[in-house]
Amino acid sequence: MEFKTALFYILSAILVLAALRVVTARNPVHAVLFLVLAFFNASGLWLLLQAEFLAIALIVVYVGAVMVLFLFVVMMLDINLERLRQGFWNNLWLGGPIALLMVAEMIAVLSARSFGPEAMPAPAAAAGSNTKALGVAIYTDYVYPFELASVILLVALIAAVALNLRKRKDTKQLDPARQIAVKRKDRVRIVSMPSEKE
Amino acid sequence: MINFVMPDLYPASAEIFMLIMACTVLLVDLFSGGRRWLTYLLTQLTLAGCFAITLFTLDGQVVTTFSNMFIDDLLADFLKLMLYPAVAIALVYSRSYLAARNLDKGEFHLLVLFATLGMMVMISASHFVSLYLGLELLALSMYALVAIDRDSVRATEAAMKYFVLGAMASGMLLYGMSMVYGATGSLELFDIGQRIALGGGNKTVLVFGLVFIVAGIAFKLGVVPFHMWVPDVYHGAPTAVTLLLGSAPKLAAFAFALRILFSGLGELAQHWQLMLMILATLSIALGNLAAIAQTNLKRMLAYSAISHMGFMLLGLLAGVVGGDSRFALNAYSSSMFYVIAYVLMSLGAFGMIMLLSRAGFEAENIEDFKGLNKRSPWFAAIMMILMFSMAGMPFFVGFFAKFAVLQAVVFAGHVWLAVFAVLFSLVGAFYYLRVVKVMYFDAPTDLAPLEAPRDMRILLSINGLAVALLGLLPQGLLEYSIITTYAYLIGG
Repeated sequence: MEFKTALFYILSAILVLAALRVVTARNPVHAVLFLVLAFFNASGLWLLLQAEFLAIALIVVYVGAVMVLFLFVVMMLDINLERLRQGFWNNLWLGGPIALLMVAEMIAVLSARSFGPEAMPAPAAAAGSNTKALGVAIYTDYVYPFELASVILLVALIAAVALNLRKRKDTKQLDPARQIAVKRKDRVRIVSMPSEKE
Repeated sequence: MINFVMPDLYPASAEIFMLIMACTVLLVDLFSGGRRWLTYLLTQLTLAGCFAITLFTLDGQVVTTFSNMFIDDLLADFLKLMLYPAVAIALVYSRSYLAARNLDKGEFHLLVLFATLGMMVMISASHFVSLYLGLELLALSMYALVAIDRDSVRATEAAMKYFVLGAMASGMLLYGMSMVYGATGSLELFDIGQRIALGGGNKTVLVFGLVFIVAGIAFKLGVVPFHMWVPDVYHGAPTAVTLLLGSAPKLAAFAFALRILFSGLGELAQHWQLMLMILATLSIALGNLAAIAQTNLKRMLAYSAISHMGFMLLGLLAGVVGGDSRFALNAYSSSMFYVIAYVLMSLGAFGMIMLLSRAGFEAENIEDFKGLNKRSPWFAAIMMILMFSMAGMPFFVGFFAKFAVLQAVVFAGHVWLAVFAVLFSLVGAFYYLRVVKVMYFDAPTDLAPLEAPRDMRILLSINGLAVALLGLLPQGLLEYSIITTYAYLIGG
């Protein structure tokens, strides 16, 4: 067996096992860590396909940013997975067979016949770096969806503000500008009183 | 070196104007110090500006730009010209309703503008990527709008349901699109159509992908069996948002479905027509039957929306008969006429709910319309026109819409389908007429005078009269629909 093939099987096996553990792990923090492991293996698979930019983006964006955020959220919220799983065994008799049936049907349709190497020969690797090729594609042919994606991010930002920003009236926060601009007469009142004679 | 041709921006000028103005409104609202009328005015001016731009750049030519991801044809222009007024009317109706509930934040107007941009992108998309991104832009704005009354448990629950199910539907749509891409090697609709016509692509994989695409579209339209979110979201969302959700997006969804199914996957018509037939019959049956049991007017209108979308699908499925698209003009134009008529009626019906609502009171139950004739004979008459039209009574616009669709279905040879649809519309007439009965024959329980501002009263009256007038003279709108559909069919 060629080295690359062996590597593919090793990475895929770890990926599948890690993905299974994400769903079955009892502790949500473990589940998140298994997801990180799954992402690492997926990025290895992309490297095997010579898609180095996607591999690095997966690690930087998903593992570096998204999953860390996830970990924070999971640690902050006390999620009781046992309660979430309560209905699992009760609904398995119905859900299990349906899921199996659908998987079987999908395998029957998407067999190697339609998506095997014969039906879909691997595209020729792009000459030069594929980071550059991707960059060129995004900023020329795909500039329209690229801009739309940025508008979607802006909407997400606005929505987050609209749904979460609350002005509290009971805070004792001070405005530094007003503090500095304060005059003596705002704070101190000089009252002239006749001196007490004894 | 990159050889890059600057894309032609002219066809997309309305979209570009909308985006620039949305960002302007964002900044103006921030620095206007709570002067909401300014935000509102700018939002309305933006819609008016887009209307003017689309109208003045209107020509019969089919232009694609941005590497064929954006298409500017008569279909896109016509639907956009219907879209802006629908959104503008919704904003006029919502204004006092929002102010009474402390919801007239700047973000409301912004999200509406971005949702409109999303709909414009959907209407003008000719590529899977732009179709999907337009849909997401619309959906994301709508999720936030449904939840905008953040202290209401019901609205938050509705938004959560809408978000989770919507995300799942987007996933299905994307999965289907990826299958079509895998089979044909193209994401561009016309290219996909040509490749399939030339015998490219594995048929099994294509049909497999088609199933997921149809499921995704069906969810977005809210037809049975993908309708579960519709009643809950319509009921839970603030009525101003329900009004928006139940009107303008239907125009975009129509263009979305027509472009994917006919331009892209037209060769697979015999497969998707069968799927649409099942969806349409189930929707018409379940929508009309379930609406009878509702006491809440918003829920009733939600079920009625399900059945109306079923009717719209009837038009879409009658286009191609045995590989012959001779009937396509008649069928698709009737479907377009139906969706425009429905948007007009839906705007009016939800507008009536907001007319009767006031601070701290939602006129969302059918009982709240009791004796409306004694309180305001004029608006009782408007509501009667709207209900008669939705029921499909002769000589209102709803009748001609139903008639045109049924005619197309009969021409396509599905007589039993037409009979079935007529039978269930008769069942449906019951719950529309119940509202009329309550208004005219029951004693009013609520004697408070109507508080709505004058602009809303006038516009709502025009809206109701338009439903009646278009019923008497449907030729104009019908002709525009036919011309548009004809241009679309010969263009691609």
